[in-house]
Amino acid sequence: MSKLSLIIENEYMTRVRKKSFLIMTLLTPILMVALCCIPVLIEIFSSNDMRNVTVVDQTGLYQGVFEDNEEYTFTYLNTQTTSEQMRNDDTPYAYIVITDNLLNNPDALTIYSHKQTTASFEMEIENSMEEFLHEAKLASFDIPGLQQIIDESNVKINITSIRFDEEGETHTSAGLATAIGMISTFIIYMFLFSYGGMVMNSVMQEKTNRIVEVIVSSVKPFDLMMGKIISVGLVGLTQIGIWVLLLVGLGFGASMAFGIPLFMSNEELLTQAQSMNSAAMTGGATIDPDMLNIAQTLSSINFTQIVVCLILYFVGGYVIYASLFAAIGSAVDNETDTNQFMIPITLIILFAFYVGIFSAEDPEGSMAWWCSMIPFTSPIVMMVRIPFGVALWELILSLAILFASAIGMTWVASRIYRVGVLLYGKKPSYKELFKWIKYKA
Amino acid sequence: MYYLEAKNIVKQYASHKALDNVTVQVPQNHIYGLLGPNGAGKTTLIRIINHITGPDSGEVYIDGHLSIPSDVENIGYLPEERGLYKKMKVGEQLMYLARLKGLTRNDAKEQIKHWLNKFDIAHWDKKKVEELSKGMQQKIQFIATVIHRPKLLIFDEPFSGFDPVNANILKNEILELRKQGATIIFSTHNMASVEEICDEITLINRSRAVLQGDINSIRQAHKKHLFKVSYTNDATTAGYMLRSNDIYQVMEYEQASGYNTAIVRKCDSGMTNNELIQAMMRECQLVTFEEILPSMNEIFIDTVGAPVANNE
Repeated sequence: MSKLSLIIENEYMTRVRKKSFLIMTLLTPILMVALCCIPVLIEIFSSNDMRNVTVVDQTGLYQGVFEDNEEYTFTYLNTQTTSEQMRNDDTPYAYIVITDNLLNNPDALTIYSHKQTTASFEMEIENSMEEFLHEAKLASFDIPGLQQIIDESNVKINITSIRFDEEGETHTSAGLATAIGMISTFIIYMFLFSYGGMVMNSVMQEKTNRIVEVIVSSVKPFDLMMGKIISVGLVGLTQIGIWVLLLVGLGFGASMAFGIPLFMSNEELLTQAQSMNSAAMTGGATIDPDMLNIAQTLSSINFTQIVVCLILYFVGGYVIYASLFAAIGSAVDNETDTNQFMIPITLIILFAFYVGIFSAEDPEGSMAWWCSMIPFTSPIVMMVRIPFGVALWELILSLAILFASAIGMTWVASRIYRVGVLLYGKKPSYKELFKWIKYKA
Repeated sequence: MYYLEAKNIVKQYASHKALDNVTVQVPQNHIYGLLGPNGAGKTTLIRIINHITGPDSGEVYIDGHLSIPSDVENIGYLPEERGLYKKMKVGEQLMYLARLKGLTRNDAKEQIKHWLNKFDIAHWDKKKVEELSKGMQQKIQFIATVIHRPKLLIFDEPFSGFDPVNANILKNEILELRKQGATIIFSTHNMASVEEICDEITLINRSRAVLQGDINSIRQAHKKHLFKVSYTNDATTAGYMLRSNDIYQVMEYEQASGYNTAIVRKCDSGMTNNELIQAMMRECQLVTFEEILPSMNEIFIDTVGAPVANNE
């Protein structure tokens, strides 16, 4: 045991002290935020590009239907423009040609352009025209007060969803549950790959460095493999820990700055809401009711359960995949040889990830249920289901299967590792790997 | 008494037998050579002694008791496939490897200091291994092998990768360790070094121990009854050429200004050397008479039936 802890200590400290660890830990959240922001930024920058659109209205009925906006300016031309003229003049982004009354002939609007127009442009034209026609049609019925009747018949409601549970009623939000599930799943998915890969590289490096025989003459190969898996896992947990601290810190900072009561229990929020109502009645509202609503829904999510499950599933899933990766790393001599063995693993993880995404739509579906029991997919799929509420027995069963398989997997991996790590030269086949498992110690 | 005894070791891999009933007995404080061509099973035997892998049958005794896994703390092993963590500093690396062998932190620190000073490389302590030359790395590797003062040392091709100067330093260190009481197993293809430093050997070929014993008896047992003689051209035997007869056969002959030399083979191996000398004295004036014993290299080739693949 003391040798195992020596290995863990050495491997852990070597990794944590690396500059790249610190940089990645701090940079990853920034990168994630940046990735979310990039589409928005692209949208903002690309829309600065003004496009001229020429409207050729041969009916004269639709002058001014399309209004200039941030993206498009519309010019209305006389009705005599021929297709020949349009073909020769490519300055406008597009031509909109209306040949007939659209109420009688819905096919009478055509868009001509020199370059392929975008779907969003066509959508915009369609929407503007349909809205105009809608009103024109209504006006053509000539019923007094019709507009008012229609406006009044547009009833809008706000849905509050409440789930019954042990504590009574809880405000819920499907959107929020999905978001939290997705984030947890993504974290696990990412960690399985990056930390599993780290284990694989480290095993491979020890093998190519030829240090491994020196080490296994002091410790059992199993201890060396486990020490590596455990220490890399601890590095992962350290990283998650730092992120949770950062997140809590940021959340706390935000709640201080905006006055959002993030860290309150449900009851506290209710009293807060009541006092706010009375405050509102006296005309002295202090908290934005929308903010309060968000906070209330946030508090409905069982964060303790999510964090505990996240850690348990991370540990179980990580051990399974890290053992697999360690076995691969031990069997090959160089990076290029890993591909053959990596492909099936990658496919399984990707499959789990997609099942996870679809499970958000149907968390109780049979696909989601079975995949949250199968140990290779359960860490990823179950994390999506948890925010929607999963029965305790299901959780326990899934975790029990996961941890039993994790132990089995480390056993299998250690058998392969033990043989592979001391063999150089030829890349083994799957058949040979199975033979190694059966070798006597 | 034997410090290490491997008795009737059998190790079977899927398609071939790596060791077939091999018994090796290493006397305490001896330097024991483990010889054999590539793939003969030497490394497998060494790995079994080191508890890296286990035998299918047979036992290993160390210092009189059945070997248990914690015995590896008394073994220093320099594998043929060896290396170090490239990114680690020399001091940290030695500390880690020493502690894996069961040394306490303080004890390890002392030993590191002792050895780095001994090799006059104390200033390397904070250097990363990748900054060192290959020869320097080999020195660190050697220190890592002996740092826990093992009673049994196993060197697998120790001289490969060493330049002659460092190889000599290494050889002297090995002899020094023996003087301090260590038992040493030495696996190599380098037959010259075997003759020079080994007391006893086992030659493993195709998974079996085919030749065992101390070097002198082995050479005696493999002698081909060849003798190198030189004799003078005095007045009575001027220009006399030694001729083969029914007692001896002349294999090679060379005439020189001072004296002639010849290599002769004794026809009857039961005849004593003195009888041979008497027979030759009747033909010429003997100046020198020396029996040619086969070198370990020749014995190796004869026994294995294939040329020695030298690693150097």
